[in-house]
Amino acid sequence: MNELMNAFESVFTRSNIFYMFRGLGVTLYVALISVILSIIFGTILALFRAYGNKFLKGFSVAYIELFRNTPNLLWVLAIRFMVRMPEPFDAPMYSGILAFTLFTSAVMAEIVRGGLNSVHAGQFEAAYSQGFNFFQTMVFIILPQCYKAIVPAMLSQVITVIKDTSFLAQVAIEEFFNNSKWIMSAQIDSTVNQSMRVFIIFGFVALVYFIINFTLSCIVRNSRKKQEA
Amino acid sequence: MSAFSAQKWEKLFQNIDLFIQGFGTTLYIVLLGLLLSLVLGAIFGVISTSHNKVLRGIARVYVEFFQNTPLLVQIFFLYNALPYVGVFIPVKTIGIVGVGIYHGAYMAEIVRTGIEATPKGQRDAADSQGFSYVQTMLYIILPQALKVMLPPLTNVAANLIKNTSILAIIAGGDLMYQADSFASSTLAYGPAYVVVGILYFIICFPLARLSGYLERKFGATPKPKDYTALLSAYGMGKGAAK
Repeated sequence: MNELMNAFESVFTRSNIFYMFRGLGVTLYVALISVILSIIFGTILALFRAYGNKFLKGFSVAYIELFRNTPNLLWVLAIRFMVRMPEPFDAPMYSGILAFTLFTSAVMAEIVRGGLNSVHAGQFEAAYSQGFNFFQTMVFIILPQCYKAIVPAMLSQVITVIKDTSFLAQVAIEEFFNNSKWIMSAQIDSTVNQSMRVFIIFGFVALVYFIINFTLSCIVRNSRKKQEA
Repeated sequence: MSAFSAQKWEKLFQNIDLFIQGFGTTLYIVLLGLLLSLVLGAIFGVISTSHNKVLRGIARVYVEFFQNTPLLVQIFFLYNALPYVGVFIPVKTIGIVGVGIYHGAYMAEIVRTGIEATPKGQRDAADSQGFSYVQTMLYIILPQALKVMLPPLTNVAANLIKNTSILAIIAGGDLMYQADSFASSTLAYGPAYVVVGILYFIICFPLARLSGYLERKFGATPKPKDYTALLSAYGMGKGAAK
């Protein structure tokens, strides 16, 4: 028991805790910005696909198929190693945001498309009869209903993004898992309780991800239930 | 376009064996991982609809834990933490078990929703005919639930394929790993990533099409509506007034 306390004490020093939570901040920041950008680009792609001319539709379909059928990790690596980010965004974190935005936009586009299909055609007719132009119809009538219908699907995707940001540890972006791994490697010193400390860190990492994502998935479940009711 | 120069492509084609080998490993891990995830999904999906509270609880914990923590952390645990307590698992096995258990949790949720979507009368009817629980599931409920389950299941399968790429991070010898190590030793990043992208696309695209086809066939999602007339009223789309 005493040993366990010692292990906890040596893992959770003030500076270690600070370092891990700074990583968590990066994780959440990358996820949040990527999701916001993906919702915007995903909506544009979905609108192109549903209402665009041949060229826009073709572009949108090609984009969505390309990113949905290749691994996210491939884009994380390719962007980190092959794209030089312009000046104010040259910190490694931004290449992560770019990779996640590119990838998640395709997923969001499919979600928004499902939402658009669920809006009743009569809504278009009503808007048109009131003299709304296409843009107004979309912004004031169709998209609000569409977003309302896809909140659960979007939130599920947010969970996926938060989990997948752990890939960024592989390209040395200082997010939560990356920083936790650093602390783990500092704990490996061939003393008796090193394995205990490694397990404590793994447990802590899993717990933090779990608390965030489980909270979100409870929200998803509740909003699904509300929609069905 | 020095990132895609001719020399780099040449290097890639000299080492194409590596990519083929990696592709084979990925397919092997995908097939066994898929099998494991389907078995786990069926078991946990069925027991999460049972009347036994303990069984339901176990299924709940399984699904929530594996859906809400990153696959990468799970795989790292198997690869990096278990050796400290003397458990050494070969890296390909880690891949199969890792993606199998993780996606099994998603499959279990799909199976559960599929079963719950089957009308309750079906179960009562089976009961009245003296079917046991297992028989009811196998002969009555699951065949009907399959229609609802198939499109999302193919989606999860596609995700499983894409997620096997994570093994690259633990030197799993899979396609992504071979490409990454080839790229970092020859600096031919461009061609390596393009070829890998194409190879993953070749496996995932048919599945995505299948999923779309099944969705249309079984009507799981609302059909896209024909807006041609409306759009032409706005002066847009195919039939737009010139």
